[in-house]
Amino acid sequence: MSENQTDHANQPVLEVRDLVTQFSSERGTVNAVRGVSFDLYRGRTLGVVGESGSGKSVLSRSVMGLMPGNATRTGSVRFEGSEVLNASPKVMRSYWGQKMSMVFQDPMTALNPVLRIERQITESLHEHIDMSKAQAKDTALALLTSVGIPEPARRMRQYPHEMSGGMRQRIMIAIALACGPRMLFADEPTTALDVTVQAQILDLLQSMQRDREMSMILVTHDLGVVAGRADDIAVMYAGRIVEKAPAERLFAGMRHPYTQALMRSIPKLEMPSHTRLDAIAGRPPDLVNLPEGCSFAPRCPNAQEKCLVDDPALTADDDHADHVFACHFPVNEVVVAAPGIRVDGQPPRIAHDPSLGGSA
Amino acid sequence: MRLIAQRLIQLVVVFVVVTLFTAGLISLVPGKPENLVIPFDNTPGQTLRQEFRESNNLDDPLPVRWAKWAGDFVQGDLGNFYSASGGTPVRTRFDQSWPVSVSLILYTQVLSLLVAIPLALWAAYRSGRWTDKIINTFAFGAISLPSFAVALLLTYYLGVQMGWVPTQGYVRLTEDPGEHFRHVIVPVLALSLGQIAVYMRLLRSDLVATLQEDFILMAKSKGISNGRVLWRHALRPSSLTLLTVTGLSMGNLIGGTLVIEFLLGIPGLGVLIGETVLRRQYEALQSLVAVVAIAFVLINFTVDALYSVLDPRIRERTT
Amino acid sequence: MTLSTATEAAVAPAVPEDADEVAPKKRLPIGAWLSIAWLVLVVFLALFADLLPLHDPNVSVASKAELAPGEEGLWLGADGSSRDMLSRTIYGGRNSLGIAVGAVTIGFVIGGLLGLFSGYFRNWIGKSLAALFDILLAIPALVLALSLVSVLKGDPVQAPDAFRLPTILILILALGVVSIPLLARITRGNTMAWAQREFVTAARAQGATNGRILFREILPNVLPAMAYIALLGVAIAVVAEGGLAILGASLDPPAATWGIMINDGKSAMEDAPFIMFTPIVATFLTVMALNYLGDLIRDRFDVRESAL
Ligand SMILES: Nc1ncnc2c1ncn2[C@@H]1O[C@H](COP(=O)(O)OP(=O)(O)O)[C@@H](O)[C@H]1O
Ligand SMILES: [Mg+2]
Repeated sequence: MSENQTDHANQPVLEVRDLVTQFSSERGTVNAVRGVSFDLYRGRTLGVVGESGSGKSVLSRSVMGLMPGNATRTGSVRFEGSEVLNASPKVMRSYWGQKMSMVFQDPMTALNPVLRIERQITESLHEHIDMSKAQAKDTALALLTSVGIPEPARRMRQYPHEMSGGMRQRIMIAIALACGPRMLFADEPTTALDVTVQAQILDLLQSMQRDREMSMILVTHDLGVVAGRADDIAVMYAGRIVEKAPAERLFAGMRHPYTQALMRSIPKLEMPSHTRLDAIAGRPPDLVNLPEGCSFAPRCPNAQEKCLVDDPALTADDDHADHVFACHFPVNEVVVAAPGIRVDGQPPRIAHDPSLGGSA
Repeated sequence: MRLIAQRLIQLVVVFVVVTLFTAGLISLVPGKPENLVIPFDNTPGQTLRQEFRESNNLDDPLPVRWAKWAGDFVQGDLGNFYSASGGTPVRTRFDQSWPVSVSLILYTQVLSLLVAIPLALWAAYRSGRWTDKIINTFAFGAISLPSFAVALLLTYYLGVQMGWVPTQGYVRLTEDPGEHFRHVIVPVLALSLGQIAVYMRLLRSDLVATLQEDFILMAKSKGISNGRVLWRHALRPSSLTLLTVTGLSMGNLIGGTLVIEFLLGIPGLGVLIGETVLRRQYEALQSLVAVVAIAFVLINFTVDALYSVLDPRIRERTT
Repeated sequence: MTLSTATEAAVAPAVPEDADEVAPKKRLPIGAWLSIAWLVLVVFLALFADLLPLHDPNVSVASKAELAPGEEGLWLGADGSSRDMLSRTIYGGRNSLGIAVGAVTIGFVIGGLLGLFSGYFRNWIGKSLAALFDILLAIPALVLALSLVSVLKGDPVQAPDAFRLPTILILILALGVVSIPLLARITRGNTMAWAQREFVTAARAQGATNGRILFREILPNVLPAMAYIALLGVAIAVVAEGGLAILGASLDPPAATWGIMINDGKSAMEDAPFIMFTPIVATFLTVMALNYLGDLIRDRFDVRESAL
């Protein structure tokens, strides 16, 4: 976790610069991603955190290039040194599945209901790797075993509806990993799952990522999920990164009021399971008609007149060059981390997971 | 097993209700049935008419008459076609004519699906763009053009003007395959045009919905070609409505072939049914309607069974 | 027959076709104006045919049969019996539309009521009615219509004294009866969907009678769907009459309908194809206008047809 980045590679796997994604819609242009930049090195995980609607999914799909017809993207996305933002569909298909793949949020809807599991796994093997039927089948079996699916041979012949949510998410991970991609996008991979299996799936993703030295973008609306699992954390609000820092630094001292508010909304260990979270008051801005100034200002407890007219740029912290935030009046005090998240950035204990029970 | 029993009961109910309904309808016809069915009886003492009364149990009350008719029907006796020279079994003409209509309907369904499915995939894939709009506009026109009008227009342009296809008649596949296909071009195209448009529109709108699904994005994210995404991932989950309508449209196609056969002089079941009606051969009509209704019900049972082939989630529920 | 449009209507999904087609209350598209204009023209001509300076549609007026359009002041020419094609087309339209509208009215009053009741009262009566509609749909519509026409016409030779309706009423009745099970089924589906809404439960909780709920709460909501189906129904009936005409089971000569004119034109196809084209074009435009407006209503009101 805390190794130096330069240990891994000198060139990032992914370099994103000023990425802007807009959708044309009946209401007007939706500014879903508004100038996002970051680097991601080999074997490292970037956690992308933000409320729902902040543009996390659009960001990861824009980087990967999985766009609907009404989208336009500008900026630059370099994957292993080559520009992929305006690559042809054919070139993109050679990346998808093979070099970069995605684990989707809802395993109930992201697996094809009418195709057997075997088909859904071997399909990309046949597409990208020249494999015989038998080879592909063996590979699929091995994949299912590696993602922790018991009786893989029987499961291969089944359909998605015959399995539990956790099982399906494991299958989705197996599909995503089939061709040994170097970059994995995990878009809220546990949001749709039972709390009891969330940690298992996150652990599985983490161990797969380590074993295979993949880079990963882990998208979530829950800071607790990325704590201890991401090397760097980027906090998104209204299509922008508003704060980004190495995980331990962020938890040691978050500067943006929005990050702070997100922090308060993490479910805490000692709370009874249905306690209402301290949700952030107000609503995110309309991405069609963005307000002038800082987009968080209308909901910000620290907002001043300046915030309503002047949109703050991402600037580095005085003491830590790798900690950037976009705020005129950043919070300064070190926030006492919520219980369950340790200031050293070690994995939180997820409240409801018995397997992780008293291990800390 | 329970399903089969249930289906059998349904079939019997349909048979009973439909034939009782037609029997009731026929009994409303004013005048003596034997005079209507046999307008000219040249036999001495009108024995033919007398024979007709007896063989159709016209002196029995309606329920008894129906029961006797049903008894004959299940043994394959479809009644007689009467004329001044006597009665001939409808069964003979039925055996000759049903393959004609069935092949026309089969060709129509196959051609319609073969054309409609790729068109729908294309239109859905390009949804909202020019290709989609053009395909939809044509489909709209095709739906508004009655099949008999298409048949006449094709006969005029392809037959009269170009001389490419015959304007009348029919040749069996077994007699001369080449001529057979030349003769079926006009009727099959005429029946297919509207059918293609209906199927295309239905499938397109289901596909547009399916293409919004997560599993389509997931399939794309595997790097497989758009063609595969459409054909393998999108088509099957989108085809249930199409399947239903394909089954239901059998009834309309029977009506359609009836007119087309009349128009083009094709000796099929449609012409036979039309003749039984126009020459008031009501007992024969009742048998033929029963056959058609049973076929319709059986086809729709098959459609039900195909659902579970297309969608494993339904398979789960029914077994 | 384009009866399949009705099955399409019966099973088409309730969702609007495209996300971007859901546009709230846009102005009427040009196609709608053209459709309305055409239908207004046809209906106007049908209603006021007698007042217009037209030749008698049933007598020969031209100097020869199959007179080309434009000659002797006959804009659309003359048919095989030297009759004025223009006035036959107008009077034919009057008959075709009259039959279609009449049939749909019968289908609606009877089928609609049966559907409303069987969809609202979910007891054994409602269920048996629904089963009956399904069963009757197993008889191909055109075969049933043809049989009904034949039965109702009777046999003027063998039973000359029997009571006989005017042929036009027979056609209206036959096509109307055929449409009953289909319309009942569609109404039933819509009624069932609406009967489960909260406002119906609320009305019931306030002690509203069944009749009141049916006619005050449910019927007004089912009406947009009915309007859509009605337009489609008229289109289908116009086509069905054409089918019957080809089978020789439409109005008695010399009366004209578009179907009869198409059938007459068939034999003159080689020398005078215009005799066939004119009624085909009239049918096509009318059916298309009705379909277009029907689709428009369906999209506007987000009609639920899929509750079958
Ligand atoms: N295809 C699209 N067309 C128009 N707007 C879209 C589209 N996809 C996403 N959006 C909008 O972009 C914004 C960001 O969405 P998303 O990235 O899904 O948020 P989240 O952070 O919850 O993943 C939302 O306001 C959403 O409505
Ligand atoms: Mg999302």
